[in-house]
Amino acid sequence: MDLKLTPEMEAFRDEVRGFLQTHEDRYAPNAGDERPREAALEWQALLIDHGYAARTIPREYGGYGAEPDILKSRIITEEFTAAGAPRGFANQGISMLVPTLLEVGSEEQKKRWIAPTLRGEVVWCQGYSEPGAGSDLASLQTKATEDGDDFLISGSKIWTSTAAQADMIFCLVRTEPQAPKHDGISYVLFPMKTPGIEVRPLKTMTGSAEFNEVFFTDVRVPQSAVVGGRGRGWFVANATLKHERGMLGDPNATEARLHSLIELMKTERVDGVRLIDDPVMCDRLMQLQARVLTMKFNGLRLLTASMTGESAGMAGLVVKLQGCELNHQIAALAIDALGELGVLYEDGPYLRSKGSWQRSYMFDLGLIIGGGTAQIQKNIISERGLGMPREPKLASV
Amino acid sequence: MDFSITQDQKMMQDSLSRTLSDSVPLDRVRRYAGAPADAGADIWSAIADFGLAGVVTPEAYGGLGLTLLDAALAAQALGRAVTPGPFLGGVAAAIALNEAGSADQQTRWSPKLASGEVTAGLAISEPVAGARDGAGVTAASGKLTGKALFVTDALTADLFVVADRSGNLHLVKADAAGLTRAAMTTIDQTRRVGELTFHETPAEPLGGPGTLARLRDAAWVLLAADSLGACEVMIEKAVDYAKERRQFGRVIGSFQAVKHMCAEMAAELEPCRALVWYAAYAFDEARDESSLTAAHAKAHTSEIGRFVARTATEVHGGMGITDLLGLHFWFKRVGLNRQLLGGPERVRRLAAQIQGLAA
Ligand SMILES: Cc1cc2nc3c(=O)[nH]c(=O)nc-3n(C[C@H](O)[C@H](O)[C@H](O)COP(=O)(O)OP(=O)(O)OC[C@H]3O[C@@H](n4cnc5c(N)ncnc54)[C@H](O)[C@@H]3O)c2cc1C
Repeated sequence: MDLKLTPEMEAFRDEVRGFLQTHEDRYAPNAGDERPREAALEWQALLIDHGYAARTIPREYGGYGAEPDILKSRIITEEFTAAGAPRGFANQGISMLVPTLLEVGSEEQKKRWIAPTLRGEVVWCQGYSEPGAGSDLASLQTKATEDGDDFLISGSKIWTSTAAQADMIFCLVRTEPQAPKHDGISYVLFPMKTPGIEVRPLKTMTGSAEFNEVFFTDVRVPQSAVVGGRGRGWFVANATLKHERGMLGDPNATEARLHSLIELMKTERVDGVRLIDDPVMCDRLMQLQARVLTMKFNGLRLLTASMTGESAGMAGLVVKLQGCELNHQIAALAIDALGELGVLYEDGPYLRSKGSWQRSYMFDLGLIIGGGTAQIQKNIISERGLGMPREPKLASV
Repeated sequence: MDFSITQDQKMMQDSLSRTLSDSVPLDRVRRYAGAPADAGADIWSAIADFGLAGVVTPEAYGGLGLTLLDAALAAQALGRAVTPGPFLGGVAAAIALNEAGSADQQTRWSPKLASGEVTAGLAISEPVAGARDGAGVTAASGKLTGKALFVTDALTADLFVVADRSGNLHLVKADAAGLTRAAMTTIDQTRRVGELTFHETPAEPLGGPGTLARLRDAAWVLLAADSLGACEVMIEKAVDYAKERRQFGRVIGSFQAVKHMCAEMAAELEPCRALVWYAAYAFDEARDESSLTAAHAKAHTSEIGRFVARTATEVHGGMGITDLLGLHFWFKRVGLNRQLLGGPERVRRLAAQIQGLAA
């Protein structure tokens, strides 16, 4: 174990710090699920130009084109986290579609889609889940039938985040209805403006419509829009889901959130006493801090494994489950620290942090479910990590 | 940057584990558990033959000159095999000598401790975990008076590192005048603790509160590592058992309720490993983070240890609580590690104080 950095790396750290100080007035929050606004687009462009986003993506596809250097990436992450600076877009297009295209996309698909996606000019949504296919994703039914050089797509998707703002969708459809359920699926890209698509917002418990139902009626899509080969959609999607799980448990985001919680507990007072001075509250905070540290150092283990090309094994399998749960617990402690104020939801004189803790508390529950529920994660850990047998299939239910 | 253990460290851990499973199989532990205090001498000599008694002692004094991370990896292997022996006290004594010992003290004690010829017990419970029942030791003109509880290897060690009420450390020989020793029987029969009573007992000074803080941090890391090893084994045993035991015409490991119990144990324990490694590393290489990370490693591993001990037992059904299976040796090991040198709440309060978050 050696966590010391070379002088060259320390110089790089200074460079990142310098950048963050110089550009402090231009920080723009991540676009999240909304269509990015001007300031966010500019911030993203600045990050790509300096190599703080899309760092290792080749220049020909609109990235910065740096050699993969895990250490530099770590320094960037640490400095951005410490400065409270937004890391640019963390949307599904960037975190899921781009790596998929880099891995299995055709040259034309890479050239066409990666650069505008990175810059936030093209917003994507992910059309995987269906009403009858959530955890059991491979049972999806949306069908694509051949019609000359095209497919005609019919069916429906659900829980599609950003569908209402998205320009494009990466979508799983069944192209071979006779094939076994994992084999007949294709991964296709098409514009959300194609005739025959209807988007109906689904309000979530946060009160906003973060995801949608999407209906397809004979949506015409050229067969050339298939990524990674016809009938290969399941494998393509699985390559991407790995990226989604990593993103969903990102310990750096969690660490930043813990810092906000500490600040909250230092400033919030009950009967004139700071929350942090309440021994019970402080103890709960320390329990969460220990967990944040475990995930942070677990992240360093993963980094090292990816540097040496070794398999991260169990250390990688637990990130989604533990990270998402931890985020939710941090929000839950913030709500308890806020007490009665923690239930306010409209802007008003008593609302703290613009209600962001309340929103996180509810939204994080969604993240525990999305990208594979906690139960599905435990199945993965027990089967792939511990080598336990699968549940036997029932003949009929 | 490299956040992993080296090939050498892995090999050391593996061959130590192999040696222990040969020389300290469960029935050996079982015999030791019911036996008189000095029954473990041969086990300790196997460990000392490995050089572990001098793991952090400089080479100049016959030690291996390694780091606390190496000691923690060894502690993990010792925890896996629920191994008896004065490892904790030995490492603590070596650290105290390295950091605060005079040249004379180092020459007199370090080589003997490193060879395993002399063993040490650690008596710092009162200033670290808090004094119960009026225990605590006071020092006046080179003599100690009072009581120290939960002293490791109290009946068998040749030498003790004792902290007084002001946090000053002293080296006391087991045969020093005015020292009486008594056993304390705990749930964990694999390691022995006891009570020392001092009456004007002559002692050599060995550093002040700064050194005590270092010993505390090191001991917390070693206890956490020991629990980590013990928990690993409990999970392995639970998974193995679940793959064999049949109920309702199928192995219980195919029931999702059982799989999820196992997955939860693994998911909770795996990240602990990284924290324990980091805390051990920080002890030597990032001193300003050492106390905080050691505290969190100790407290968090204790919480997860309790969860794993309980869940692994549950997976085994009735077998889990029998003496037959022996799972309880690990259960109790983790139980002692949790309470020794401060339970999680007390340790976390210190973690908060270190950061200026609590008074
Ligand atoms: C905030 C959010 C955003 C999302 N965004 C998108 C998106 O953009 N695109 C998209 O395609 N999808 C999206 N999803 C959908 C998400 O992937 C699914 O909700 C998720 O996979 C679970 O499927 P389900 O909702 O159908 O629940 P179900 O699969 O019906 O699960 C219901 C319950 O049964 C349990 N369960 C199911 N199967 C098993 C099993 N084998 N073993 C044990 N327990 C089981 C589950 O754990 C859960 O507790 C999003 C979901 C959320 C919450």
